Parts: sequence; structure tokens; C-alpha cells
Amino acid sequence: MSTEQGVDGGMTVIETILARAAGRDRVRPGDTVVTRVDMNVLIDLMFTRWVDPLRIADPDRTAIVLDHAVPAPTLVDAEAGVRARHFAEAFGIKRFFDVGRHGICHQVIAENALALPGQVLTCTDSHTCAGGAYNTAARGLGPAEVVGILCTGETWYTVAPTIRYELDGELAPGIGGKDVFLHIAGTYGDATNHNLEFGGPGLASVPMNDRRTIATQGAEVSADFTVFEYDDRCGEFLAAHGAAEYTPAQPGPDANYAVVRHVDLGALVPHVARPGTVSRNAFPVTEVEDRAVQQCFVGSCANGQLDDLRISAELLRGRRVADGVRLIVTPASQQVYRDAVRLGYVQDIADAGAVVTNSTCGACFGYHMGLLGAGEVCLTASTRNFRGRMGSPDAEIYMASTATVVTSAVTGRITDPREVLA
Amino acid sequence: MNHEITGRTWVIGDSVDTDAMYPGFAMKLPVEEAARHVLYDLRPGWTEQVEAGDILVAGRNFGIGSSRPVAALLRHLGIAALIAEEFNSLFLRNAINNGLPALAVPDVRRFVSEGDVLTLNLATGQVDTPAGRLDAAPLPAMVLDILDAGGLLPRLAAAGYLPREDA
Repeated sequence: MSTEQGVDGGMTVIETILARAAGRDRVRPGDTVVTRVDMNVLIDLMFTRWVDPLRIADPDRTAIVLDHAVPAPTLVDAEAGVRARHFAEAFGIKRFFDVGRHGICHQVIAENALALPGQVLTCTDSHTCAGGAYNTAARGLGPAEVVGILCTGETWYTVAPTIRYELDGELAPGIGGKDVFLHIAGTYGDATNHNLEFGGPGLASVPMNDRRTIATQGAEVSADFTVFEYDDRCGEFLAAHGAAEYTPAQPGPDANYAVVRHVDLGALVPHVARPGTVSRNAFPVTEVEDRAVQQCFVGSCANGQLDDLRISAELLRGRRVADGVRLIVTPASQQVYRDAVRLGYVQDIADAGAVVTNSTCGACFGYHMGLLGAGEVCLTASTRNFRGRMGSPDAEIYMASTATVVTSAVTGRITDPREVLA
Repeated sequence: MNHEITGRTWVIGDSVDTDAMYPGFAMKLPVEEAARHVLYDLRPGWTEQVEAGDILVAGRNFGIGSSRPVAALLRHLGIAALIAEEFNSLFLRNAINNGLPALAVPDVRRFVSEGDVLTLNLATGQVDTPAGRLDAAPLPAMVLDILDAGGLLPRLAAAGYLPREDA
């Protein structure tokens, strides 16, 4: 259901944040504004081609996270790590997450409350929109731009129109944020040069891990920013992670949206995206072809959270990964890994015949650990199913929730997790 | 930079993503080697055919995907400008910040066939094709400034933030 809105209303969440960061009373779609950046996150890949700046804006508004290629799989990556450590030391960057306290940057951002409500966060990784789960204007920018922000402390945005998703009802057991996102991507397709905003009466029932999955995946429909309204659940999460003071940004009662769409959470079923893209290419699992899979992957900034390892462990306890299937589970951070060990999840997952790796972006971007060969079929809970993304361009990458991926690893075929959960 | 660019066109489709232009395996290679793998699967052999000054024309949602700096590879291949019916905003910013002009021209593929020579003007938005003239939105002054400096890093060097010799 869609409703066109009037043209002269108040501000959306993103407009509110950008106006505040630009020191303006209001901004409108089409405006280009220069804004302060509250937190700028550098990742290991940036240090592959790196020159130390002569001066930086603020070491306390800077963090460095080693994530994409750790522990270093190549000499080039090892040398990037050397440069990152030197830079952090020389410029007094206290928020430096080296191997051992590392993780995928968006997970580390969440664990350390670096993305705060109402603020602006930048990072080179395209899934930086993950921070939108915490009511933050967070998005990926290129490496050169992040160097610019490191130097000047600010950047510019052209304000895009916002698509509002009004959440109603509650998710059924076994249905996750990935299913919400795949339903949206499959139904509405790309949101290029638009922001996505999530709120509504159903929001309170959506756990923070599912919000982050949804926010992370906003990049996959080409959105600029993806952001959630702030609520008590978000506030409790941030308090538990030692958040500094912040001022949330809520949409005005007459905020102006390009379109408002309703999602009935209670009606959602497990979804699967077919290979290539999620955009108008994701369907209820019952409508997707019965395919044998050779690799199943649970990991990435979207679905390598502690809840994903919990779901994996619960489904795998007393079961076995099917012969001929590799199930790879990559915790999103060293903290997730340690918690999952402590809670027994790693034991359950490994006992079932799966491989639990160290935390890294690794297999998700086809760089190290878990690449696909020609002719193989993968079902992944990670972020992206582009052709060639995880190895050979002649492999096929389907995408689904952690529950669907793990269930399918047990059966060896793309399987509706409700068959097991029931 | 000269705001008027004339070149021979290459035309690709909708939603050409960053992994198609800068595949994961190429991220382990130096720029000059990685550049040989642009469109490795979509247009095998293309990087051998591209000549300095060529213009790459794409459809909608051009450059969806990651922040890996595809523009650095395209510049290495000699691509002089990008035109697309619609750009992913991260990809567009990455192009500009790497000093590669990029102009959004809705419906451009209705007027351009591969191999056509066209002229675009970044400051006016005018595109002259063999099939006629198109008028797109010009690049904002802020963006032209970045391109005039040769990209963001040279501009930061000029402003004293980065050592000049390395920018």
C-alpha cells in the first residue's frame, strides 16, 4: 500500500540530521550542504595505498578498524597493517581496533557505540548504512573522501528524497531482518538516489540485530542513507554499550516523503534472492526453485551477529551439515566470537560439521577464505549476491536469512526453515 | 580541467556493479594490473580495445555496490568521462573524487550507439550526439572545483593537508 504525501511538510530523520550537522534550520531534497562529521572510520583496505596526512581534524572523531583482510592473507595486506599501526600511533588515534580486538567495522561501530542517534558517521565501506539502525546518518564514501574527512572533519551531501517504510505487526518466529529486507527489495526494487526510513507501530518489536541487518542491506537497493527512528529499544542497546550523550532525530509529524509504504511484519515468510541482485529478484522460499547447494555462509556485517550464531547453534544442535555441503560461519567481530564460545554456540556449530572462522569480511567479498568455484551454488546470509562476488563468475549465489541458510546446509538443498522449526 | 570533452563511446547496460568492474581478486593487484580486469566477465577483452579519451556510457543505477575505487582503474585505462542514465551516489562521488568526470543524462542510450563520437560539457550539461543535442543538469560548482583540481587528493595537497609530491 502506498500513499503520496504533500509537498510542503516537515523534515524526515535524515533531513533533520543533515540540517543539524550543517547548522541550518532545515534542508530539502535537492539541497547540497556541507556538514560536520561526528565519527569517521578508516578500514584496513585504505592503508593499501596510503600517505600519512600532514595534519588531521580530530583524532577523537576518528576510528580505525582492521576488518577486510585480517589476519593478513597477502603481503600487500600485511604492509597495509603496518601503515595503519604507524598512523594510529603517530596521530594519537585511541579508537584503533587491531587484530585481536578487531571485527567487521560495522559490528565494531555497534559494540562501541560509535554510531549515535542524530549524528553523522562516515566510513569507506559501502555497508556503513548499517549505522542507520541506531538513528545515525551513516553511509559509505570512497577512500579519497574519507581521507578528506580525516583532514577537514567535514564533507558534503546532496539531500535525497526519502522513502518511508511504516512497520506494522510483529515478526513470526524464525523470520528475521533479512526476510524483511528481501521482501522489500523483491517487491519495490532499487531506491537509487533515495533515502530509506523505517518506523511505525511495529518497530518496537523488531530486535536491534534485525534492524542492523535491514539497515546494512540498504546499500543493495542502491539507497543513499537507510535510517531507523529512535526508540527505547535503541536507547537501551546504546546504554548497554556505553554510549556518549546524544540527541535523537525524529521525523516531523508532517515530514515530506517521496512515498510511504506499509510492511505487515506478521505476514512475512522466509525469502530467498536469486543470483545476481536482490532487486526485484527476491521471492518467498516456497516460490524458489529446489536447488542443491555446495556452500552455505553465515557471516558479514549483515548477519554475523551474535544472534546469527545463536540461531545457527540452535538449528544445528543434534543435526549434521549434509554431505557435500560446506557451512562456513564467520562471527562479525572478535567480541561476537568470544561471546559465542562462552555461550557454547561455537561448540554446537563445529560439532555439526560446520567451520567457524575468525572474524573478517573474508568470504562475503570473495577475497579470502571460502571462495566459490565455477559451477558451484552458494546460499549466503551475507550482504551481496552479485555475479562473481564470492569467487568464480560461474558460481551462483542465492541469499537468505541465517535460519534459511543453516537449515539448507542440513538438508543440502534450499529449504524453508519452517519445516525444521515447526 | 577542460569542461568540454569529446570522445568515442562504449555502451553498457543497467545496474553494472562495482564487482563487475573491480572484482575481488583484482583488489590484490596494483592499479595497472587490476585495470586489465575491468568488465572481465561482462565484456571480456574490453580493456584491450579501450583507447585514451574514450567515454563510457551506462544505463540506470550505474555502479551499485562497494566503495572500491573503480574510477582509478577507468582513469588508468584512459576513460575521459562517464555518462549514465542514473548513477549510484557512492559510485558518482568516488568518480568525482578520483578526478573522473561523471554526468547523469536521462535516456542517453536512446540517442547514443556504441562507437558514436559525442561531446559533453560538464559546466552546461549539454551533450551533442550524432542523433541530436541532449540537455542534462550541469555539475554543481563544488563538483567542478574538485575535478578542476584533478580530484580530491590533489586538492587536499594544495590546501596543505597532504604532502604535495605524493598527491
